[in-house]
Amino acid sequence: MSSQVLLFSALFAIAVGFFLLSCYLRFSLVTIGKPDNRFNELGQRFSNMLLYAFGQKRVVTRSYLFGLNHAVFFWCFLILLIANTEFLLHGLFPASVSLSLLPDILYFTLTFIFDIVSFFALVAVLIALGRRLFVPPKYIDARTYDAFVILGLVATLMLAFFTLHGSEIALGEERAALYMPVSAFMGNFILARLPGGTLTALVTAAWWVHAVALLGFLDYLPYSKHMHILTSIPNCFFKSLEKVNTQPREEFHKGSAYGVGRVDQFRWKDLFDSFSCTECGRCNDNCPATRSGKSLNPRLVIHNIKENLLHNGRQIGKGLEPALPLIGTCREGCVTETDLWECTTCGACMEVCPVFIEHVPKIVGMRRNLVEMKSTFPGEVQSLFENMENRSNPWGIIPAERGKWVTETDVPPFEKNQTECLFYVGCTGAFDTRNKRNTLALTNIFNNAGISWGVLGKEEKCCGDSLRRLGNEYVFEQMAKENAALFQDLGVKKIVTQCPHCYNTLKNDYRQFGLNLDVSHYSEFILDLIKAGKIKLKASAGLGRVVYHDSCYLGRYNGVYDQPRELIKLSSGHTPLEMERHRQRSFCCGAGGGHMWMEENADTRINMERVRQALQQKPDTICVCCPYCVTMIEDGLTDLKVTDNIAVLDLSEVIQRALV
Amino acid sequence: MLIVTCIKQVPDTTQVKIDPETGTLIREGVPSIINPFDAHALEESLRLKEKYGFRVLALSMGPPSTEMTLRKALAVGADDAILLSDRAFGGADTLATSMVLAEAIRKISAQEEVALVICGKQTIDGDTAQVGPGIATRLGYSQLTSVDRVDEIDMRRKRITVRCKFEGRYEILESSLPAMVAVLREINRPRYPTVPLRIISQEAELKVWDNRSMQLSEDKIGLKGSATAVRRIFSPDREKGQILAGDEVNDPDQAARRLIEVLVSKNLISVQ
Ligand code: SF4
Ligand code: SF4
Repeated sequence: MSSQVLLFSALFAIAVGFFLLSCYLRFSLVTIGKPDNRFNELGQRFSNMLLYAFGQKRVVTRSYLFGLNHAVFFWCFLILLIANTEFLLHGLFPASVSLSLLPDILYFTLTFIFDIVSFFALVAVLIALGRRLFVPPKYIDARTYDAFVILGLVATLMLAFFTLHGSEIALGEERAALYMPVSAFMGNFILARLPGGTLTALVTAAWWVHAVALLGFLDYLPYSKHMHILTSIPNCFFKSLEKVNTQPREEFHKGSAYGVGRVDQFRWKDLFDSFSCTECGRCNDNCPATRSGKSLNPRLVIHNIKENLLHNGRQIGKGLEPALPLIGTCREGCVTETDLWECTTCGACMEVCPVFIEHVPKIVGMRRNLVEMKSTFPGEVQSLFENMENRSNPWGIIPAERGKWVTETDVPPFEKNQTECLFYVGCTGAFDTRNKRNTLALTNIFNNAGISWGVLGKEEKCCGDSLRRLGNEYVFEQMAKENAALFQDLGVKKIVTQCPHCYNTLKNDYRQFGLNLDVSHYSEFILDLIKAGKIKLKASAGLGRVVYHDSCYLGRYNGVYDQPRELIKLSSGHTPLEMERHRQRSFCCGAGGGHMWMEENADTRINMERVRQALQQKPDTICVCCPYCVTMIEDGLTDLKVTDNIAVLDLSEVIQRALV
Repeated sequence: MLIVTCIKQVPDTTQVKIDPETGTLIREGVPSIINPFDAHALEESLRLKEKYGFRVLALSMGPPSTEMTLRKALAVGADDAILLSDRAFGGADTLATSMVLAEAIRKISAQEEVALVICGKQTIDGDTAQVGPGIATRLGYSQLTSVDRVDEIDMRRKRITVRCKFEGRYEILESSLPAMVAVLREINRPRYPTVPLRIISQEAELKVWDNRSMQLSEDKIGLKGSATAVRRIFSPDREKGQILAGDEVNDPDQAARRLIEVLVSKNLISVQ
């Protein structure tokens, strides 16, 4: 064996050993997490992996055209994986493993592909470098040491590749020279003038540079953000098969701990998520809290979970207490309480994350720990908790008042075994003066359709949405069980809701409590009635330019995007205008996740930001589809002192005007 | 050393209506809550426990359903709870109530030294503010009423300093222990229970003392031992309210203008 092979074999063994050890040390930490079944429905999972990892479906989007550069990288990387495997094996067994042993046709094809792909990779590196240096986007830490090390290493690999093959071509030692345009260019035009001895030395030097860079890359991977090269493909495989629109139940036993206060109280997939973050910053770019100047930064939440795991994981694995608190104020490795309370659970981060990291369940999990174990939360939340628990509404109004609106108009009560569909009004629709207008509009519409419907009046209870999102799972569970018993008792099977929050809670959260109801939001329900010919609308003028705002819990959480738009079109005769951020990328009004009931002290309020976005479309009417949004958008207009006559209407009011 | 916190379970008076015919309260279907003043008394006891290491015992006289309220006291951190419940205690006014409570505290103090009895200033259903002082008088404790701040407890000298809030003035009072402290609502903000404590409190064993264990003379307790009786409860007649409706109420400026007009027209205010 030549000394070169011997030296390389030793280097290879050390580097690969180090890589495997690093992987073992890091990935074994994931096993301290709690169980979570992510191995069901394998077929579905494989196709997700193909689509999202190999197809890069979420990486390349209209809003993130730069993702194309990543897709090029990704595919170059996969193809060059073959070339580099051959490179390493050839280094170990020069006589028996070599592409050049293949028949001409195969050899020429492969060398051609590798040559071209390496060139693409080099261009992609240069573009990425240029972007980071000259046009860094706001939402990423563009100029990190980590990024430059990796880009530098990849560039080195490509340059070494071309130098190696170019020199061989210049020496006349490469039979595929004709099929390697870039290397041939290098060999024939740049290196050709060098003397033969120098070229031979260059071949050896380039080979070693390539070898060291490749092994260095391998060893550096697990310690950098590029760990996602190893984890993002499996993370797409393990991604939730359903929309992440609910949080898991907790079990309340004596002596247990609740929520996530230590990193091992996350589920293993949450920990794996933290290893998969690509630091692309898209979550920040879409987070209403980050964008309105709050301290919450969803990317850093994930990053800090990872840092905490790396810091504490081994100790916890040994049964010792963690050294670094998970929720705390340290600079790295802790998530602060403030950050946790700033989240509106709007889901924008999860919607754009290219590797399907699930931010909201983690944030709610940590909130649960604060609420259930430590009783620490922003002051104003306490009265909300007490009001919900004692009076089943956020304001603490006497429960009997809930039925008051019913006495003001013509509303049928829900009757067991007779009424087909329950109209679940919700707290805002029943108590709040402004939003009672939507309730009355819906009452009109349902009466007009001549269907069998009814309300519970003062028997209705709050669904508990805000409690669940704020982490008060214990009281939420009590409310959910009470509602489940009430619905079962009355034989309720079909429900239509006014509020997207009730909708999501009854539809998705309550399934965990054994309720399988046919729940629809009124926008779905009414459109069906129109299609069935039970309601007729006549487009009426007078709304002017209508812009539509997607509610998070209707759109992102439940995919209801088209129905409201269609209803606006039927009612006004025009397709609504769209804000720059709409549908999947809609921007929260600022009320979700319990924020309807919380103070927002910082200078810029989320609702003001959203109203500014709406104003860009110069609307006469801002149409929304959620009582929280009604309040937030109206308040935003007032706070911004907008004097133009802009109406904020709930979709129900828009439809009511068009009733024939 | 022990702090005894006296707690009363009361009907949520904001939801209670008066039966105009019988002149009594309609209590059916009205949820019971911890008397809000007592929630502050409990919170203050828990804070003193955290600061000075007392044990906190929640004491209540009432029907068996009062158990729920005592469990809530355990859920926020009371160490023990005793329910005084017997038909013979029923129908008591403040005289008979403070009698039973004082005797219970006397019995408790035979086992463990009592440093403080902390009560809410008054209940929201009776509004008398007499039970706390009644207990103190019977036990010969000093009484500190209308307390809005506990400044210090000197455990060695067995003395307590508090601030009392009276109309137009504060008084800083120092007294020896044991003492009865009756607190105002502004003294603190009651805490929210943690889940582990809630779960423990659900399963905790409550001590129930009836009159067989108390051995009090039937003439001194319950209806018989009461010096006062409620003859009738009624709401004073008042003019029916008026709701200002219309679109303008959504605009604060216009709404204020409209309100002023109405108030002026009724001669309730005058504009110069
Ligand atoms: S859910 Fe919304 S508010 Fe919360 S971190 Fe994600 S983007 Fe930000
Ligand atoms: S969490 Fe997802 S969206 Fe956010 S930076 Fe990481 S990979 Fe990108």
